[in-house]
Amino acid sequence: MAKVVVVTSGKGGVGKTTSSAALGAALAQRGEKTVVVDFDVGLRNLDLVMGAERRVVYDIVNVIQGDAKLPQALIRDKRLETLFLLPASQTRDKDSLTAEGVEQVMNDLKRHFDWIICDSPAGIERGATLAMRHADVAVVVTNPEVSSVRDSDRIIGLLDSKTEKAELGERMEKHLLLTRYDAVRAERGDMLKVDDVLEILSIPLLGIVPESMDVLKASNIGAPVTLADSRSAPALAYLDAARRLAGETVPMTIPGEKRGLLGKIFGRRAA
Amino acid sequence: MSIFSLFRKQNSAPTARERLQVLLAHERASVGQSDLVAILREEILAVIAKHVEIDDEKVSVKMERGEHVTTLEVDIEIPVTVTVRAA
Repeated sequence: MAKVVVVTSGKGGVGKTTSSAALGAALAQRGEKTVVVDFDVGLRNLDLVMGAERRVVYDIVNVIQGDAKLPQALIRDKRLETLFLLPASQTRDKDSLTAEGVEQVMNDLKRHFDWIICDSPAGIERGATLAMRHADVAVVVTNPEVSSVRDSDRIIGLLDSKTEKAELGERMEKHLLLTRYDAVRAERGDMLKVDDVLEILSIPLLGIVPESMDVLKASNIGAPVTLADSRSAPALAYLDAARRLAGETVPMTIPGEKRGLLGKIFGRRAA
Repeated sequence: MSIFSLFRKQNSAPTARERLQVLLAHERASVGQSDLVAILREEILAVIAKHVEIDDEKVSVKMERGEHVTTLEVDIEIPVTVTVRAA
């Protein structure tokens, strides 16, 4: 049975696309067939972050409008054969994403995949509401920063009212993914702590991704963080988060940048 | 405020936390339904406009959202020469 996950946040630039790619790859690395769907019509970027930008022929809008079949639009990852991408289109016409069309695509994907990760655009407009519409689980990506927390709170409200699950009177499973966390600054009292954000948003914690150079490095080379360097701190955080998403119980840690001596010697060579 | 706080460096995270808690308490109550304060503002102005000509420039509406109460301050200048409309 396929599980549909929406990666959402309200605010832009907090790490939705990075997290979608990393969680998607981490789930695929477990051998589960995963597709990451870009809902950011007009400003697609998931293809770039996943290193598939030169292989996009058809996109989700082509599938919805009947110009392409779903298998033609799906791009298989070159590194992981269980990982797929369904790109967004670059059209400026926002209405090209229709509710019926998205529902049809989601139903087709559910028949072929174990995991469907929906990368939501920023904001609370059509693209964002359609991305969350069919979700079973929501991953709310939040930075330890006031505007991000406020927007996440708003998104949680939408998840509880504007989704299929909510309309059926069911409970939407929501998880917090705290990204760009700096344990040193939080300890110093200059950044909201994990517990502060958890107390304010009151949804369970899926993972803590530390602020790290490795995230930019991964997007530079077009690889999900967990594939670029699976031993980097953010990769470890995403791998653990994916395990929790899959229902495993994993103790919560904030992966640090520290590496053992051997890790330092060999880790650099790998990068 | 104790004497010790003078020597302690003020951290910004607790301020962020408090501001968020106050803000979200209000937003959770108002989002979805219409904002009560906005309704009050509209209706108060409408009632006054029924009787006197209000110059939009001379109306000042201030709101202060506190942890437990919200205050709405409506300040309207009514000129002495105003012609009172028949009700």
